[in-house]
Amino acid sequence: MKPRTLFDKVWDAHVVEQLPDGTCVLYIDRHLVHEVTSPQAFEGLRLAGRKVRRPDATIAVADHNIPTMGRAQGILEEDSRIQVDTLERNVAEFGVPYFPILSPQQGIVHIIGPEQGISLPGTTIVCGDSHTSTHGALGALAFGIGTSEVEHVLATQTLLQKPAKNMLVRVDGALPPGVTAKDIVLAIIGKIGTAGGTGHVIEYAGEAIRSLDMAGRMTVCNMSIEAGARAGMIAPDETTFAYVAGRPYAPKGAAWDQALAWWKSLPSDEGAHYDKTVVLNAADIVPMVTWGTNPEAVVPITGSVPNPADEADEGRRVQLARMVEYMGLSVGQKMTDLKIDVVFVGSCTNGRIEDIRAAAAVAKGRKVAPGVRAMIVPGSGIVRDLAEAEGIDKVLIEAGFEWREPGCSMCLGMNPDKLTPGQRCASTSNRNFEGRQGPGGRTHLVSPAMAAAAAIAGHLVDPRDFARPEFN
Amino acid sequence: MDAFTKLTGIAAPLPLANVDTDKIIPARFLKTIKRTGLGVHLFDTLRYDAEGKERGDFVLNQEPYRKAEILIAHENFGCGSSREHAPWALLDFGIRCVIAPDFADIFHTNTFKNGILPIKLSREICDQLMEDAKLGENARITVDLEAQMVVRPNGEKIPFEIDPFRKHLLLNGLDDIGQTLQHAPAIDRYEARQTPDKAWMPAIAV
Ligand code: SF4
Repeated sequence: MKPRTLFDKVWDAHVVEQLPDGTCVLYIDRHLVHEVTSPQAFEGLRLAGRKVRRPDATIAVADHNIPTMGRAQGILEEDSRIQVDTLERNVAEFGVPYFPILSPQQGIVHIIGPEQGISLPGTTIVCGDSHTSTHGALGALAFGIGTSEVEHVLATQTLLQKPAKNMLVRVDGALPPGVTAKDIVLAIIGKIGTAGGTGHVIEYAGEAIRSLDMAGRMTVCNMSIEAGARAGMIAPDETTFAYVAGRPYAPKGAAWDQALAWWKSLPSDEGAHYDKTVVLNAADIVPMVTWGTNPEAVVPITGSVPNPADEADEGRRVQLARMVEYMGLSVGQKMTDLKIDVVFVGSCTNGRIEDIRAAAAVAKGRKVAPGVRAMIVPGSGIVRDLAEAEGIDKVLIEAGFEWREPGCSMCLGMNPDKLTPGQRCASTSNRNFEGRQGPGGRTHLVSPAMAAAAAIAGHLVDPRDFARPEFN
Repeated sequence: MDAFTKLTGIAAPLPLANVDTDKIIPARFLKTIKRTGLGVHLFDTLRYDAEGKERGDFVLNQEPYRKAEILIAHENFGCGSSREHAPWALLDFGIRCVIAPDFADIFHTNTFKNGILPIKLSREICDQLMEDAKLGENARITVDLEAQMVVRPNGEKIPFEIDPFRKHLLLNGLDDIGQTLQHAPAIDRYEARQTPDKAWMPAIAV
């Protein structure tokens, strides 16, 4: 048999039927549903008199527009409340499993899937959200879909798809101290660009990737979509199996053994073909920060605002100049000279317990700079509970951070957590588009360690200057 | 979904690359449970100032582009989130066709599902069409899906590629789910076949 990649193997195992033109009916194992992209899909089912084919393969949760404070009092914003109420009515009507807002299992859809063991290696996972690529860290084929496709999966448990191309991104060598998964993925996007992965599924490999824990791998796969890729994947290994074992919806007993045998067969075969290969040296990667309004506009924290005039292509020159203006920067300004107003630690990119621990390690015994608003939004109720059990909520609160309830929050500003025009934010989320965190807001994407360090310093700063060996 | 066959209309020039879905429709307008009514918020931050007044320099605020049915743009159009609100907003405004050098994958899929035709043409040709589009009322562009042709105002015909399956669905206004349900027996068989990768998978129930 022809050597196959991880993607090829998972894809092949899910082809129900191939149509003459190469389009495949692809079986979907897990479907995650949230309040923003599902109302029109359920409405479509209702109008056509269709049912949900596999409620037992579907999980719903509200995350995008729920408040992250005082949630027990209900949702005050009317349109947000209508959307959540609609989800609750739909899951009741169609018999779809649902984690209610006040349950500890509630959280950002891409945090709770892996956390609950719903997202598993070798499976196909979809959600009406582009950051579904996160789940690829487990060795799953996971990708975002639009609302019409949400309806399609609810009705048929399949999608009509053509196979993607294979792309290998290898990060060789050991990661230098103080450099994190977020820095790796920002460096990758800086290298290949926001459309570098279009039409491809990226497989991340190499020593630096293998040595990441699952949280770090999820951070990397999460941002695959920012490089335009359909999905990101990492071959499952002992780190993956140890993470999955014992989770509520993971297989147990004989089923586990059976699953494990299949999962172990998934890593790409020797000699498998990749349509594109990109190699980075981990030793060259330093803490990264975006300066502009898309994720490829990224520089090392030791760097400065680039000069658009240096760009040869006219269209790009205009775009970069617009970024400099929107972000309120001047050419050549050092990144570490940029004062910040807000710090946001959270999102499906960096809202896991490991991320909050990293922020707390920097914050411990220090104080948030005067005038800076710093917020920590755990990715799920379970992350929040765990942090509180470890006492790191106290560490953060004492340092002057706000400790909030789980949700997407300031990642996209659909709930009350928004930037005001002109505010500058160091954010651990994944998109720095104009207005993403609120109209006129200025977003710098950073790692949790850099976010926490920036909160203390009051400006963007190299987190390695804040490193404390006793925490590592 | 409405069928797409042939369209002759005004094309609006939008010479920007990486037009992301937050730009097409900002997140604050996603709190709707309907597909319609988003057209007024299309390109909201480009179209309106902080007071909500129209910006005169934005193309869709100018005549005749208020009636544009075709949009010409640069690379990586529709990057970012999977929100189908982006094609819904375009459609609600009246745009039925977007021409660009390339598109982000999810957006590209989403347009087809809503009867919008995305056409990939080289940057060079997009730039020519962009010049045509600047002539406004005097320059109508024709898009003929059956023939896979874009016709410039000067009569020059430009062929384009499209996936045959997608073309078939679009020409006939067919809904994907209906198509897939024709394969229901194969889906049943797949589910019944307890392949090694399936038998172990627990059911979700809360
Ligand atoms: S945290 Fe942000 S990126 Fe992730 S699902 Fe929520 S809104 Fe989307």
